[in-house]
Amino acid sequence: MVDEPINTEEQHDEDDCLQASREELAQYISANLKDYLVSREWQKDELCLNIQREDICYVLKFLRDDARCRFTQLVSVTAVDYPDHTERFTIVYNLLSMTNNDRIRLKTSARETDIVPSATSVFSSAGWMEREVFDMFGVAFSNHSDLRRILTDYGFEGHPLRKDFPLTGYVELRYSEEEKRVVYEPVQLTQDFRSFDNLSPWEGMTDVQLPGDEKAVRPEFGWQPTSTNVEHKE
Amino acid sequence: MTALQKAECVDLSDETQIKPFTFNFGPQHPAAHGVLRLVLEMEGEVVERADPHIGLLHRGTEKLIEYKTYMQALPYFDRLDYVCPMNQEHVFALSTEKLLGITAPERAQYIRVLFAEHGRILNHMLNLTTFALDVGAITPALWIFEEREKGMEFYERVCGARLHANYFRTGGVAQDMPAGLAEDMMTWLEELPKHIADLEGLLTENRIFKQRTVDIGIVKKSEALDWGFTGPMLRGSGVAWDLRKSQPYDVYDKMDFDVPIGKTGDCYARYLIRVAEMYESIKIMKQCLENMPKGEVRCDDYKVSPPPRAEMKQSMEALIHHFKLFSEGYHVPAGETYTAVEAPKGEFAVYLVADGTNRPYRCHIRAPGFLHLQGFDFMTKGHMLADAVSIIGSLDIVFGEIDR
Repeated sequence: MVDEPINTEEQHDEDDCLQASREELAQYISANLKDYLVSREWQKDELCLNIQREDICYVLKFLRDDARCRFTQLVSVTAVDYPDHTERFTIVYNLLSMTNNDRIRLKTSARETDIVPSATSVFSSAGWMEREVFDMFGVAFSNHSDLRRILTDYGFEGHPLRKDFPLTGYVELRYSEEEKRVVYEPVQLTQDFRSFDNLSPWEGMTDVQLPGDEKAVRPEFGWQPTSTNVEHKE
Repeated sequence: MTALQKAECVDLSDETQIKPFTFNFGPQHPAAHGVLRLVLEMEGEVVERADPHIGLLHRGTEKLIEYKTYMQALPYFDRLDYVCPMNQEHVFALSTEKLLGITAPERAQYIRVLFAEHGRILNHMLNLTTFALDVGAITPALWIFEEREKGMEFYERVCGARLHANYFRTGGVAQDMPAGLAEDMMTWLEELPKHIADLEGLLTENRIFKQRTVDIGIVKKSEALDWGFTGPMLRGSGVAWDLRKSQPYDVYDKMDFDVPIGKTGDCYARYLIRVAEMYESIKIMKQCLENMPKGEVRCDDYKVSPPPRAEMKQSMEALIHHFKLFSEGYHVPAGETYTAVEAPKGEFAVYLVADGTNRPYRCHIRAPGFLHLQGFDFMTKGHMLADAVSIIGSLDIVFGEIDR
């Protein structure tokens, strides 16, 4: 090592100072958006705001245009599927502020039948990312000028990233010599689809629970019994 | 009434509205850089509207990762942007490390930065030469690919594979660098500026190259931000932003390097930035090789990284750890993170949702090329068809990462 060892105490002070200013910014955002915010949390060191889906455009606009926020880039829009939740899809927006050198995450949720307002009026970059969410999860966006499928095949059915969509899919295609074209057929697996979870109560790992263990004790985090992975729940 | 008079009487206002000519570009076109299908609406030779059809290389990586353990998920990142595989692995290693709350040993961090910059050079070498190929220059590809191939050998020597490295792991790297590699890399780095200068000699002041790239595909600062552009696409438009400087990860904060910024935002500016970035990468790699400390290359927590082979022959405990790690894998505490790195093409990130089990609940991959290609429509509007080819070249798109 050529570099001098850094003074750890100084480093800590700097980190604390940075975190304090970020907390200040978070409070400023909460104060200005208090009518729109459902909740605010720190996930590790990343700020996350939960909002109602109707307010998404207003909140994005505020975060982009406010002089103290200046979150000028919408870097990613995606969704997470939680089949157990009443509003199963969580739509996640990640923003970047270059003036603050900070990131922020917005989250909102939607049922299958809900329509989420499109962010394209605020950020042009949302266009394709919302198309991808529509394609992969089937979440519809209103006021989107071009809501088509983007990554899947022409005429594809289903939404692959939903948890209830099988990994192997439903159709496979091959070139048919007789018909001189590509034909679609139902998937035929030569071997049953196997999925090993290998979860075991290995000491020293995180708090893991196996099927049946929930009768004794429920872990604080880690594997949680759900209706799909526990057959005899009660 | 003569035939001529008759024709004049007919109201032609509807019929003179000629529908724009629509045609397909790709997916088998050599200048499409992979499997890009463009549906172009043309007014003569001028592009009115471009509609990229992507997804021809969609393999469902994000879905597959949900069914794999964290350790099995990592190699999928090699297969995204196959021009610089290790830069992708870097982001997954960093995001899992963040959720696990561990850091890689210092030597591993140096090796990672070394190979991340190595990947950047390889990427820019490929991009610039194929870009030149698209606009009519064959020689750069012939000259530079030889050097690129030498660079690929270092990949092979460090991880055993030319492309699918699987080298950056959570908690470090797979194995230490073999003896002699550092010296050979240094020799390669000493010679490399000469070859980049050759490339510059062929292109930078080349009349044809400048005619094809200067003032083509101009992206204004505001547009670059609005469309989510990152990397050279953003810096070409004059935005001083580089994650290696502003949000340094691993040992980038100890490196001395500059971030080249463009002024004009056209294809030529992006070319110049990539050339300048190669020189900066050489600087970083040299610093890594000179300052690399000795020591471990994997974190010593056997719950996350496998124990050394020798120890497994002696210790039952180590053997069990090895078995459990490669069957069950490690559990990542519940949480979520958006972690980004400055990949050669721009901000490459994962949004990882862990639920406490041995598999990711959701792993969204944010590919820079996806957003760059989205901006292709506004960049080509009003340009000639041949300029669209220049713009594709300067976007630096690789379909492995766009289609995922």
